[in-house]
Amino acid sequence: MSERVAVRKTYKLFIGGKFPRSESGRSYLVQSSNVSLASRKDARDAVVAARAAVKGWAGATAYNRGQILYRAAEMLEGRREQFVALGIPGDEVDAAVDRWVWYAGWADKLAQVYGGANPVAGPYFNISAPEPTGVVAAVAPERPALLGLVSVIAPAIVTGNTVVVAASATEPLAAVTLAEVLATSDLPGGVVNILTGAITETAPTLAAHMDVNAIDLTGVTDAALATDLEVKAAENLKRVLRPAPADHDWSVDPGLDRMTALLETKTVWHPKGV
Amino acid sequence: MFEYAPAPESRSVVDLKPSYGLFIDGTFVDPTDGGSFKSINPASEEVLAEVAEAGAQDVERAVRAARKAYDKVWGPMPGRDRAKYLYRIARLIQERSRELAVLESLDNGKPIRESRDVDLPLVAAHFFYYAGWADKLEHAGFGANPRPIGVAAQVIPWNFPLLMLAWKIAPALAAGNTVVLKPAETTPLTALLFAEICQQADLPAGVVNILTGAGDTGRTLVEHAGVDKVAFTGSTDVGRAIARSVAGTSKKLTLELGGKAANIVFDDAPIDQAVEGIVNGIFFNQGHVCCAGSRLLVQENVADRVLESLKRRMAQLRVGDPLDKNTDVGAINSAAQLERIRELSDAGSAEGAERWSPPCDLPDRGFWFAPTIFTGVTQAHRIAREEIFGPVLSVLTFRTPAEAVEKANNTPYGLSAGIWTDKGSRILWMADRLRAGVVWANTFNKFDPTSPFGGYKESGYGREGGRHGLEGYLNV
Repeated sequence: MSERVAVRKTYKLFIGGKFPRSESGRSYLVQSSNVSLASRKDARDAVVAARAAVKGWAGATAYNRGQILYRAAEMLEGRREQFVALGIPGDEVDAAVDRWVWYAGWADKLAQVYGGANPVAGPYFNISAPEPTGVVAAVAPERPALLGLVSVIAPAIVTGNTVVVAASATEPLAAVTLAEVLATSDLPGGVVNILTGAITETAPTLAAHMDVNAIDLTGVTDAALATDLEVKAAENLKRVLRPAPADHDWSVDPGLDRMTALLETKTVWHPKGV
Repeated sequence: MFEYAPAPESRSVVDLKPSYGLFIDGTFVDPTDGGSFKSINPASEEVLAEVAEAGAQDVERAVRAARKAYDKVWGPMPGRDRAKYLYRIARLIQERSRELAVLESLDNGKPIRESRDVDLPLVAAHFFYYAGWADKLEHAGFGANPRPIGVAAQVIPWNFPLLMLAWKIAPALAAGNTVVLKPAETTPLTALLFAEICQQADLPAGVVNILTGAGDTGRTLVEHAGVDKVAFTGSTDVGRAIARSVAGTSKKLTLELGGKAANIVFDDAPIDQAVEGIVNGIFFNQGHVCCAGSRLLVQENVADRVLESLKRRMAQLRVGDPLDKNTDVGAINSAAQLERIRELSDAGSAEGAERWSPPCDLPDRGFWFAPTIFTGVTQAHRIAREEIFGPVLSVLTFRTPAEAVEKANNTPYGLSAGIWTDKGSRILWMADRLRAGVVWANTFNKFDPTSPFGGYKESGYGREGGRHGLEGYLNV
């Protein structure tokens, strides 16, 4: 009897809830697989998908977003061995699941912690509440490929933003597998879009894109590139998260910063009277 | 219009010196490599004082003084003592409020009624509010041990000179930073009087440094390598340039920029109240307000009624001497700003909108612009897209709430918005959908030190006021 021939997986992009190849028809060989090499056009398509998803996702109830994120953690846990087979250490997968669950719980709590009533000196009802900034473009750290990616995506989307993320170029397989997790978690298409390939190609397009509201440069290690991206981002005054230090410890409690950096505070006034 | 006898506020309370130096390290000094310029009264074009223009070496001196004060005095000082200095400043402002209000109106052109009843009370309240935070930062929700950032470079505009100074300096000092502040070149005088108040409060030298000057001074200051934090209020174009200039540095940046707010009036709104809100929204402070309600969106079926009432009300506005207590609309702040307002208004007419102003005698000297509305404005018109920063209202109509939201959000700005309706659920539905940092429902242009203020999109980032206002001055 001959040995069974395995069915191999094609590693593609994740845009608008679908798994297209790069429109450019290009791929690059990495981790012994041909992985889509995203083009500038793919980046623009991903922004269009992310923008289209904003209304539904930002408008969903916080409870619903929390449920969906928790569902994603369940799916992630279920694929633990698959990530390990891709070379992600087991404890990194565990940490990624735990991080995802931690953020999921913030969905219906952050507005209470980060907003509230303001005691103005007059007969007015006055309340401040956080709102998502909109479309976030992010560069995930090269390493840890899964925990770093999760730590960038979850805080952006839990509050109602949608995200276009450039995954680790050297270890992209975990990102594509994470996309499969998200695609089976009731997460609406377009809320998370994942590009594989060279950030030198996609990130400048995202940084300069006029329909992107914020850019997270966490994974950019080249200081000159980071400066260039921040300069491009100034054109429409994107909110900017600067690169993480090279020695950043991804295992520690991330705090609220990554969420609050991608929020707007809206304050509403109304007179009191009879 | 009903005739009132003139009721001028006396300017004798203000003791102006012929010339002012820079306030560096606790004393007034002459510029090392700068020059000087004159600050004028925009209502009369009279020269008020000659003011130093800081050069690069002066910026260097001021940043160094701020650094030394941060390292040696203000940074190590217990929060409760920082609080007491800020409370002192708040009290001194209250005690000298008449003097400050008159000087503000002289230098800026705004009516004394506003500088006295709006600007100054808010300035004092802002210092009072943030004073109380100085020894409670660990309870502000930014972690157990929030730390100051260091030296803050702050550049402020001319529309609310002293109030913008308070918005910048009070939270910065409460959080433990030291500052170098540059007031606008057309309105430097109240900042210099504030420097005297810092001396009177015995605020340690170097904690507050005031550099007068124009754009070059501001640019040199925000680009200085010794600065840890940049805070800017002003135009979106300058904000963009600053965002570029801090790229690649570790400087923390907050920006409060332009706006083109929609003031939305539904058919069930109490019309008289809404008209008061429209007038307040666009003619308060001559329309020199970044959150001004400069686009009136009125529901089509009440547009005629609202406009008729608005025109009747506008005919009652008293335009003239800022120091007259009856004045509603004062002088335009500068010749350059007047030119900008004229240019955009001419574009409004040229693009086909219909222009209307009440009959209105304007003084011969100084910079003046009559309250103006444009009807028949479309979303493509420049006067519906660009910030005019003057007493000019663009009127558009809508039929459904969804259309109102669509039009209100159709702008790169997102600072503020107004909603006028009797229906509570509609207010909340609209407020959820308007992409703006401040939403005033059945009111407009209300400010409070406890209430966060700041924009979405190209109106900038960060918030000033409230607990949120501390975040831009802390490493959390």
